[in-house]
Amino acid sequence: MTERAAAPSTMGSWLKRARAVMLLPAISILLALVLGAIVIFLSSPLINGWDPLLPLKAYRSLAIGSFGSVNALVNTLVNATPLVFAGLAVGIGFKGGLFNIGGQGQFLVGALAATAAAIGLGGASPLVAIPLSLLAGMAGGLAWGFVPGFLKAFTGAHEVVTTIMLNFVAVQLVSFVIGGPLRGTGPEVTFDRTDDIGNLLPVLIGRNGHLGLVLAALVVPLAWWLLYRSTTGFEIRTVGANPDAARYAGMHPRWLTTLTLSLCGLLAGLAGATQILGEVGYMPASYGTTVGFDGIAVALLGRAHPVGILFAALLFGAMHAGAGLMQAQAEVPVQLVGVLQAVILFFLAAELVVRRLLRVRTAGTGVGTELETISRSYGEQTSR
Amino acid sequence: MADVTPDETSAPGGSRPPVLEMRGITKRYPGVLANDAIDLQVRDGEIHALLGENGAGKSTLMNILYGLAVPDAGDILIDGKAVDITSPHDAIQRGISMVHQHFMLVPVLSVADNILLGEEPMAGPIFVDRGASHRRIRELGDRFGWKIDPDKPVGSLSVGWQQRVEILKALYRNARLLVLDEPTAVLTPQETKEIFGVLRKLRAEGYAIIFISHKLYEVLEVADRITVIRRGKVVGSRIPDHTNEEDLAELMVGREVELTVDRGESHPAEPMLAVANLSVKDDRGNEVVHDVSFEVRAGEIFGIAGVAGNGQDELVEAIVGLRHSAGGKITLGGRDITHASPRQLHRLGVGFVPGDRHRFGMVLSFPLTDNLVLNDYYHAPYARGLRRDDEAIESYANDAIGKYDIRTPSADVTAGTLSGGNQQKVVVAREFEGDLKLLVLDQPTRGLDVGSIEFIHRQAIAKRDTGIATLLVSAELDEVLEMSDRIGVMFGGRIVAVVDGRSADKEDVGLLMATGGRESGVQPQTLEEAS
Repeated sequence: MTERAAAPSTMGSWLKRARAVMLLPAISILLALVLGAIVIFLSSPLINGWDPLLPLKAYRSLAIGSFGSVNALVNTLVNATPLVFAGLAVGIGFKGGLFNIGGQGQFLVGALAATAAAIGLGGASPLVAIPLSLLAGMAGGLAWGFVPGFLKAFTGAHEVVTTIMLNFVAVQLVSFVIGGPLRGTGPEVTFDRTDDIGNLLPVLIGRNGHLGLVLAALVVPLAWWLLYRSTTGFEIRTVGANPDAARYAGMHPRWLTTLTLSLCGLLAGLAGATQILGEVGYMPASYGTTVGFDGIAVALLGRAHPVGILFAALLFGAMHAGAGLMQAQAEVPVQLVGVLQAVILFFLAAELVVRRLLRVRTAGTGVGTELETISRSYGEQTSR
Repeated sequence: MADVTPDETSAPGGSRPPVLEMRGITKRYPGVLANDAIDLQVRDGEIHALLGENGAGKSTLMNILYGLAVPDAGDILIDGKAVDITSPHDAIQRGISMVHQHFMLVPVLSVADNILLGEEPMAGPIFVDRGASHRRIRELGDRFGWKIDPDKPVGSLSVGWQQRVEILKALYRNARLLVLDEPTAVLTPQETKEIFGVLRKLRAEGYAIIFISHKLYEVLEVADRITVIRRGKVVGSRIPDHTNEEDLAELMVGREVELTVDRGESHPAEPMLAVANLSVKDDRGNEVVHDVSFEVRAGEIFGIAGVAGNGQDELVEAIVGLRHSAGGKITLGGRDITHASPRQLHRLGVGFVPGDRHRFGMVLSFPLTDNLVLNDYYHAPYARGLRRDDEAIESYANDAIGKYDIRTPSADVTAGTLSGGNQQKVVVAREFEGDLKLLVLDQPTRGLDVGSIEFIHRQAIAKRDTGIATLLVSAELDEVLEMSDRIGVMFGGRIVAVVDGRSADKEDVGLLMATGGRESGVQPQTLEEAS
């Protein structure tokens, strides 16, 4: 009898909590759009003279470019895919009390390993080559996450420092390997890059909707299950929230820290692998991307929750996808999307200001815990 | 004992309206009615004690007064005029100042800078008038006979002096009504006496003081009037001459409370925990436990008394597997557990209530469900393989909440939202369950109210009577004396004496705690500090 009575109330409280958690991100996005509109209006003289309707035009083409057609929708999904992986690579770290700024390096090493495997398996059947290449990408990223995780757990080296340093190492490593041993010999190679990769991820929908989309869609529920339904996830979250209590409860904070960062690396590596095998088709020696850092924004906007990260990635993916059309039709530069992203983050971080301005009184829904992880003092040890 | 109406208590101020009147204050939080139509009157020159268990609603009421929370209903009147207090700044402007339990001071700044912060007297448009401000701070200090050096950094002061700085800060801002939130929780007995002297002096000068506490004897000693709050309601008002500890405890808890639990007969059997020649090092590598040996028998409570910092923490951590021992042997029922991990010990039937429950005992941001299975989460029925069974966890949690009388709106609220007493009940519910052989209780009632203390003491004695060996470590000598069958006195990392718990004399044990038994001649001051 208690169960039946409890069911609606837990459902109600769940909804309430979800609303409370989503309120602040939603406000931040809205405020960013308003501020973006002001920026567009103020810069309209640079295009065609003062035009109060320019913001609307720009947002309209941004929306059409991201949702207006099947191809636009697919393009949104394609742009969101690496952000889902990279966002989870940061978000799972947050849950484990770790700030993974190494997404960039893990992405690059994952991409490199996947490329190397794909080129090495050039003659094999796609059924063999593609899974193995993806696995190689995951392994590469995992290795790049394991190192800082292990160092953090067993020597106390702060992951913020080590992951940033490994980002630079990864850039140099890619440059060396692609410029040297893996440099292509084909006619298309006009700068330091590999040959075109033969066994690419199959396109499933639209012009470029590759297999990576499916993987991203699978990884989100998997990450959710791991964090909230498995004992390992409980251990990761306990270590993140209170390492002393974790030790007291018989968990092993050191190994869990190592595991968490390895897992983060794996996901970022998968982002790199799908990006090369699904989108680019070859690996250049200097691969310009900010996916690893965009992942931080995605994780913060998604409140480090897998479902939140999915939506945040879709939003950012949509903005990236629509930016081109916005520039073509409204002549507003694609860089506006970067401005919007930054402003969203700004309002999230300045949550107190937003609360004051709008008199929002929901408790404990800000990005406080994630920011705390970010700013946690360098000397702290996870375990003794 | 009859309630006294405000008119019966003669307070200076005559027919003037009370400096503060709160009428029908009601505040509802999700699932709890924190304040239910509370009325409170405070007059000039009065020390008004607000007494209540943890979670009774005292803090909510004071947060409303201080502009940190908005009441759902009710009025606040200052000097008889209704006001709307919207922020702490607003409260300070109206002469209300709060001295928090955890001081709001900047340790690296000087006494003067802390006091002036935000209220700097200016000598011109740019420069602060240091001369004038220092003079005023010294004058304020002189009124209480305090020798205050305004240039000293606050971080170098003792806790008692820091509290005085907080009070000076309030006076400097021309406060007329001072709210002190459990001011004695962090003080030694000497400092407590001194702060009471300060409060009496302030009263004589006409200040109104709200003194929040759950310590009965303190309230009886210092207050002019006592308002008791239980579950968000005012349940009575007393003046100290017409009441006593039992009466107040009953009002506070809502039923008769045994301030000392009857420990009854115990029937010690075979030795369960044996510690032999144990040495333990602290974090810095200094040996702080030297060659300690003792036994705890099944069915007895072995108390360890000692002034904090004499190696008790490290001894306990070594026994429960959180710290490596540097030498010696620990056995449980004949089995060597010197190097056992916390999980192995838990499986062997060792329950542990840690002294710092926020650090070791629970994860404040997790719901009660997770906290109640914090060390059993990984096995059936709470998990199968990697998969957690939420239903099993939930139903276990609901059982535990009922059995251990944990006051919470549901099993899904986070542990951090509960009062200290209820948080400790969560830890106790988790550690007292299962097939136990040994219970290690480290400061199990620190900071708790009388109702929770009674509950935990009863549970511990019930466990003793089922044949469980219990090791009780406490800095509260009274607690050790009331509960233990035998008492080991710890001093300087050694157990210097083991005495019978029922016949031990408080003075003797206190002396052993303070001196280790090596010095003759009583040192009353140290002794008092120790007890």
